[in-house]
Amino acid sequence: MTFQAIVFYSFAAWLIFAAIMVISSKNSVKAALFLVLTFASASAIWLLLEAEFLAISLIVVYVGAVMVLLLFVVMMLDVDYAALRQGFVKKLPIALIIAIAFFVVLYSFLTHGEFSAEKFAEPAAKAADYSNIKALGRVIYTEYFIAFEIAAVILLVAIIAAISLTFRGRRNRKSQNISKQLAANKKNRLKIVKVDPVVSANETSDELAVNQSEKQS
Amino acid sequence: MNESMNFSLITSEIFLLCALCVIMIVDLFQRDKERVLTFTLTQASLIVLFVLGFNSLGAERIISFDGHWVTDELATVLKLSIYAITFLALFYARSFISHRNLMRGEYYLLTLFSVLGMMIMVSANSFLVVYLGLELLSLSLYALVALQRDSSVASESAVKYFVMGGLASGFILYGVSLIYGATGSLLIADVAKHFSENSIGLVGQFGLVFIVIGLSFKFGAVPFHMWLPDIYHGAPSSITAFIASVPKIAAFGMTMRLLSEAFGQSISQWASMILIVALLSVILGNVIAVSQNNLKRLLAYSAIAHIGYFLLGVVPGTQESFSAAMYYIIVYALMTLAGFGIVIFMSSENKEYQKVTDLRGLGRYHPWYALLFSIVMISMAGIPPFIGFWPKLEIFRNLIINGYVVEAIVAIAFSVVGLFYYLRVVKEMYFAEAVDAPEISSSRSLKIAISVNCLLLLFLGLLPDSIYQYCLTAFNLMG
Repeated sequence: MTFQAIVFYSFAAWLIFAAIMVISSKNSVKAALFLVLTFASASAIWLLLEAEFLAISLIVVYVGAVMVLLLFVVMMLDVDYAALRQGFVKKLPIALIIAIAFFVVLYSFLTHGEFSAEKFAEPAAKAADYSNIKALGRVIYTEYFIAFEIAAVILLVAIIAAISLTFRGRRNRKSQNISKQLAANKKNRLKIVKVDPVVSANETSDELAVNQSEKQS
Repeated sequence: MNESMNFSLITSEIFLLCALCVIMIVDLFQRDKERVLTFTLTQASLIVLFVLGFNSLGAERIISFDGHWVTDELATVLKLSIYAITFLALFYARSFISHRNLMRGEYYLLTLFSVLGMMIMVSANSFLVVYLGLELLSLSLYALVALQRDSSVASESAVKYFVMGGLASGFILYGVSLIYGATGSLLIADVAKHFSENSIGLVGQFGLVFIVIGLSFKFGAVPFHMWLPDIYHGAPSSITAFIASVPKIAAFGMTMRLLSEAFGQSISQWASMILIVALLSVILGNVIAVSQNNLKRLLAYSAIAHIGYFLLGVVPGTQESFSAAMYYIIVYALMTLAGFGIVIFMSSENKEYQKVTDLRGLGRYHPWYALLFSIVMISMAGIPPFIGFWPKLEIFRNLIINGYVVEAIVAIAFSVVGLFYYLRVVKEMYFAEAVDAPEISSSRSLKIAISVNCLLLLFLGLLPDSIYQYCLTAFNLMG
């Protein structure tokens, strides 16, 4: 076994272990930390594939920024994780069947399908001074120019959406609603109250009340 | 023709992005709480886009930006209909949001961003750009649905929409990654070339299944429809009117690029899947809509049925059937906008219009609007001379020509079932005993907008060629 194979299998084992722990650990903070471990092992595997830039950006962006934010969210929100797990056991058989079937299909691709070793030759190792970033930079502004620009627009939308959803300034306005004023009608505005005809002077309600209390006593 | 980095081909997109940035800054410094200037600039930029698009009608098909971008008649016609229907939808939106807590500049901005996403979707020529356009559209729509933050129903449906949309995007991405593995390219032209030379293979089929599932999710076709009625019901009505109409046109463009252009050679692989999804949508959508009392939910289930009819047009896989499907989806967008326009029209400031029975007495007290709403319902049911009839006719004709006779009969039978619930709305307006005259307090612009929209359904129905000829030229079927 070469040194590379040892590195690959150890990190792959870590990755699978951490991924299983993400979905099975009871404590949500622990689950988030295991997700960090998953990313770290994945980035080590990418290093083995000579994708240095992607490996580093995975650490910087996901482990450094996204996961820290996620940890904040997990710690701040009071989510009942036990309730989320309800039905886990009941749905487990179906989920297992689908997962196993999926695994079998994907495994067949790798062993004797389109992705097998006969069809995909092992790529030659790059020279020591080969720069990943240069290669990426060269295509981003030429071949993938339009995709790159659209991705920038998506980030702009994300900013606008986030601000408009969390902005807590004054929302209500004191403006006239002209169509509402025009739609005002007699039925909604006027209330006709039936008033009894004039009661004679010596039988006002006060006196009536006094009379009644006298009778009761 | 293949050109690289020809910026004149993305003039409309560049213009819209610049206009968006200008509107964003202008909106920031606006004192006017009614945002009149933002609204005017938004509508003006849509008009400019329409003129730009109209001038590029009839241009030749050019693939540019290293194969990632395509400008052809299909993209131009779809973009024109997107601009026109968005323009109309914003008139509905303006009067709806102006008396709720929704009146903010971001409403218009996010709508324009979603228009940009749709333009990218219909002009994309690689899986990557299709996906990016889809995400731009979806992100803006999630934010629009969530904009009414003080409403728990709207927040709930925003989260549902977000999760379901994310799931669908995930399916599409997974399929694309498998296709990339099988062909080694993300460009639609390269993928089509690869599959015309090689058989599709197990990996290609696997990827195709994922893409079809993702598309059905986005369309809300049965069995991936569960989210659709809840979101149409929960979102604020003006936003429902928008998300139910315009994005479907863009989704049609995406379907054409993915299924017909990339997988045109392997049509036998996807046609049967689409056929099952389409028939299930027609059957289930129509049957469940019968028992709905809430007009928004009724329209949502009728949307599922309409998507079924539209997908039936895609099934035969000929250029004629694609143009019929395109005709159907554009007409559907116009009709459903009018349908949700009714909901917006009947809602007042403190009352959200909900039930079909609330329309009672409309025929007696507001005969003009009752007439307009009847036009919408009868057009949706597909009765001549209204516009809803012609695309249905074309779809069924194409099905029968290509030998799908039984499927056509089933679809026609269930469109008779559909007639029941459309006519029930008409019955409530004219024949049910009214307790009280329904109140109408909508603004003048909304009254004009809904009259224009409903009368369009009648006039375009009398001149069915007016839209159809563009759909035919989009697929090179007219000289």
